[in-house]
Amino acid sequence: MDEQLKACLASFEQRFGAQVQEFRGEWTLLIAAEQIIAALQAARDEFGFEMLLDETAVDYGPEQSPRFHVIYQLYSLRDNRLLRLRTPLDGNAPHLPTAETVYPNANWKERELWDMFGIRFDGHSDLRRILMPADWQGHPLRKDYPLGYEEVQFTFNFEEIDLRKPYARE
Amino acid sequence: MTDIREVSVDELRHLVSERVLTGETMLLNMGPQHPSTHGVLRLLMELDGEIIVNCIPDIGFLHTGVEKNMEAKTYQKAEVMTDRLDYLNPIGNNLAYCLAVEKLLDLDVPPRAQTVRVLLAELQRISSHLIWLGTSALDLAAMSVFLYGMREREVILDIFEMCSGQRMMTTYVRPGGLWRDVPVEFEGAVRNFLALMPRRLDEYEALLTKNELFLERTQGIGVISAQDCLRWGLTGPVLRGSGVPFDVRKARPYSGYEQFEFDVPTQTAGDIYARYLVRVQEMRESLKIIEQAINRLPYGPVRSNNRKFVPPPRSELGVSMEALIHHFKLWTEGFSAPKGAVYAATESPRGELGVYLESDGGPKPYRVHFNTPTFANLQALPLMTRGRFVADAVGVIGSIDIVLGDADR
Repeated sequence: MDEQLKACLASFEQRFGAQVQEFRGEWTLLIAAEQIIAALQAARDEFGFEMLLDETAVDYGPEQSPRFHVIYQLYSLRDNRLLRLRTPLDGNAPHLPTAETVYPNANWKERELWDMFGIRFDGHSDLRRILMPADWQGHPLRKDYPLGYEEVQFTFNFEEIDLRKPYARE
Repeated sequence: MTDIREVSVDELRHLVSERVLTGETMLLNMGPQHPSTHGVLRLLMELDGEIIVNCIPDIGFLHTGVEKNMEAKTYQKAEVMTDRLDYLNPIGNNLAYCLAVEKLLDLDVPPRAQTVRVLLAELQRISSHLIWLGTSALDLAAMSVFLYGMREREVILDIFEMCSGQRMMTTYVRPGGLWRDVPVEFEGAVRNFLALMPRRLDEYEALLTKNELFLERTQGIGVISAQDCLRWGLTGPVLRGSGVPFDVRKARPYSGYEQFEFDVPTQTAGDIYARYLVRVQEMRESLKIIEQAINRLPYGPVRSNNRKFVPPPRSELGVSMEALIHHFKLWTEGFSAPKGAVYAATESPRGELGVYLESDGGPKPYRVHFNTPTFANLQALPLMTRGRFVADAVGVIGSIDIVLGDADR
């Protein structure tokens, strides 16, 4: 770990109460939801992380608290360095301030998170579903959302399943 | 069944101007079934005559729930789904996924496998760029380039078929190495391609680079500045066309790219023509890498010898009880990865393709996320098309080189 990164991590620890984690040479900062926008702002303006490569989330299941983690993958072109920020979020009506003000490309990424995880982003300019149809119910990437399986039709349940099939009958 | 809800204009009210309501400008759908949207992209355009006031991309028509499906499969089985993301770059997707798994497991890859990976990834880049060249030139009414591009792509697909038995959905790159070694005909086929391709590239350039009609349609159109590129997180040829020499192969080398000599072509204009020049030059650089790789292809195994993660060779199964146990365990239960999260990135033909992989210590990935270049680059389409003609939008879409399977996952 070089001096510059050390100073950067120490600064985040001190100012935003970040928890520093390391795994396979990748640095992750765990930052509380209230501090995240200020932390992103500092990362961009003070430490040269000018690109938001990725914003995604993980669901740890409805019985866990905090249930979600929102993950920001930042990149500094100047220093050729990656940094990951994570924010824990409570499961009950999760919401987070939008990162769009800092990184404009968070727009679509946050729309995807709303679509897939049902995380609301306060102050987002265009919070609509992006991948699923506009009238879809539920948020597919949540762990309590089942993978769809089709029941196999046998002679004993043929009619029962046939009745539920949506195709047109005359 | 849930009832189908109509999406009203009110929901899009914040995206269109006041002039739509008075009928001064018009809202027009382009796509999802439109030949120049390269698949199933829908654009909602607000038009003032033929000038685009705003353009609202609508994606998701090719969403297949890959990320959700992968959570229900073991690490080995989940790899098959990665081929189907960006269907013009299956080897690159496999590679990105395998790099993430290998990073998570801390798994070694033998040098021969690494060099073959690089070689195939570069062949894949050329084949993808040929499709881009053909289709984007076709959008600008240059028909013949498309046919020529398809002809050369066929040679590359034959090489893939020779290695993996599949032309497109190869799943040839596996965690810990490759599925199997390349066949004996491989070297001859690659050298044949190397002898043929530079001449063919000159032919394409003769058709387009100084073609007056092509220049008229591409120069000064779809301009995006380097600063905007960084703010909007664009990567790949779009970013390099605006003058930023960023390439993941140079910045964060993977799979032994640091041992190869190649340049990162850049242009400063940031328009369609600049992206065209960057990509054509990239094909030449890829040829350089392929030539170096085939010349120094080391001998040796193509799979890691770590039996806890990589299945033993078929020949051992009949004679070794231990090999049989490993084989059985790996193909029924799969391997368990240590708890943690990693991010691995590759340079796909379209830009940075990143894989975020999180493990809870079990045999299935807990969360896989693909940070795909098309998703990132498509978001800047309104920026590039505002104030231009509808016909220019077609050229701009072609120049971003979108693959909707990549954007929608």
